[in-house]
Amino acid sequence: MSDLRLDISLIVNGESVSERVDARKTLVDFLREDLGLTGSHIGCEHGVCGACTVLVNGEIVRGCLMLAVQCDRATVETIEGLSDSGEVTDLQAAFAQRNALQCGYCTPGMIVAAQDLLQRGGVPSREQIREHLSGNYCRCTGYHAIVDAVEAVAQARAGGKA
Amino acid sequence: MKPAPFAYKKARSLDEAVALLGAYPDARLLAGGQSLIASLNMRLSQPSLLIDINGIEGLDGIALKNGVVEIGALTRHVQAERSEIVARHAPLVARALPYIGHVAIRNRGTIGGSIAYADPAAELPACLLALGGEVVAHGPQGARRIAAEDFFKGLFETALGPHELVTAIRVPAVRAMSRFGFAELARRHGDYALVGLAASARAAGRGFANVRLGFFGVGATPLRAKRAETALERGDVDAAVAALDLNPLDDVQASGAVKQHLAGVLLRRVATQLMEAAR
Repeated sequence: MSDLRLDISLIVNGESVSERVDARKTLVDFLREDLGLTGSHIGCEHGVCGACTVLVNGEIVRGCLMLAVQCDRATVETIEGLSDSGEVTDLQAAFAQRNALQCGYCTPGMIVAAQDLLQRGGVPSREQIREHLSGNYCRCTGYHAIVDAVEAVAQARAGGKA
Repeated sequence: MKPAPFAYKKARSLDEAVALLGAYPDARLLAGGQSLIASLNMRLSQPSLLIDINGIEGLDGIALKNGVVEIGALTRHVQAERSEIVARHAPLVARALPYIGHVAIRNRGTIGGSIAYADPAAELPACLLALGGEVVAHGPQGARRIAAEDFFKGLFETALGPHELVTAIRVPAVRAMSRFGFAELARRHGDYALVGLAASARAAGRGFANVRLGFFGVGATPLRAKRAETALERGDVDAAVAALDLNPLDDVQASGAVKQHLAGVLLRRVATQLMEAAR
C-alpha cells in the first residue's frame, strides 16, 4: 500500500504548515519532532496523563491520541501559540507565584486545559476547576496550588482581585 | 511507545468503508481513536491499515423520531453532552456522559466507538442495555438493527460481522412515567468504573414495572440482574440487593467480593434515584 506516508497541510499557531508524515505519527510527535514545538510534553502516550494537551479546531484534545494525518486542514494551537499571543500570561504568572508547578512537566498541558475552561467566561467553582483538570496529572504539587492559581486568574479576569 | 507502521485511508462513504474492510482483513476503523490509538501506541493492536471514517457524511447528528432518540455513530461525546434532545428525551444517556473520560477525551470520542469497542467497564453499553436500545449497523448486505441484549457477546466482542460498522444507536425516548438511575464508583474521576449501574424503569404504584438494571465493570459484558429487577419491581430494595447474582471476578482494581459489595451499594443509590420523580 502506498498510504504509509501522506502529505498534510494545516495551520499551527497561526502559520501554514505543509509536511509529509508517516501515517503512524501522532500529533504530539509531529509537533515536537517535525516542527520543533517541544512545549507539548509526552507523558504516558496512552491518553491518561494530559501532558500533551493541545487545541485542534478550538477544542482541547490529547496530542497522543490523534494522528498527524488526521489534522490535515485543521487548525492546531499549542502552548507556544498561547504563550506568544499573551493569552495565558496571567495564568503562567499565577502558576509561578503560587508554586503551582514544581518539575513543570505537566504545566503546559495544565495551562492549555485551564485556559479552555477560563475562556468560557465567568468564575468557575473549585469543583468545576477540578473536574475540568481531572484529565491532567501532576505528580508534584497535590493540585491545591493549581486550583488556587486557576481560581485566582478567573476572579482577576472577572474584575475581582487575584 | 510508538505505533507499528500502518497505512491510512480516508473512507468517503459507508460502502467504501465496508469494501476496505473486506479487502484488508486486519484493518481497523478509526473513529474518535481514544481507545484505538492508545492500543496502537502500546502495540496491543498492529493493523496494516487504518480506515478513517471521520469524513463520512451523515453519520453524526441526533434526532427524535417516532418516540426514539437516534444518535449517529460519529457524534462526539461532547456533542451529545450539549444536546437538548439528549438532555430532554434520553436523560439516562445525558447523566452517564460526564463520567466518560475527561473533557479532552470526550471532545474526540464517539458514541459509536464506545458501543463498538464494548469495553465491559464502559458507561454507554450499559445505558443501551438498560434502555432496551438498539444498534444500527451497516455491512455488505446493507443496514440492520441489533437489540442491545444481543449485541454485547463477550469481552470486547460484539454481534458485528467482520465487515460491518456501527452507524447509530437508538433508544426509546422518555415517557411520563419513565424513571432513570445512574451511579458508578471509580478510583479517580474519568477512570473506567470499578463498578457502575445504569437503570431504567416505569413507575407503577409503590413499585415499578419494566425495571432494567445494566451493571458494568462486573463481567465480560454489561449485565442485567434479572432477579434483582423482579425484587425492585415489588419495591423491595433489600431483597433486590440480596438477589444480586453477578459473581464478578477479581481484577487488578478490586476483588470479586469487593465488586459484589459495591454493586449492592450502587443498587441502593440507584433505587433511591428511581423513586424520585422524573425531572
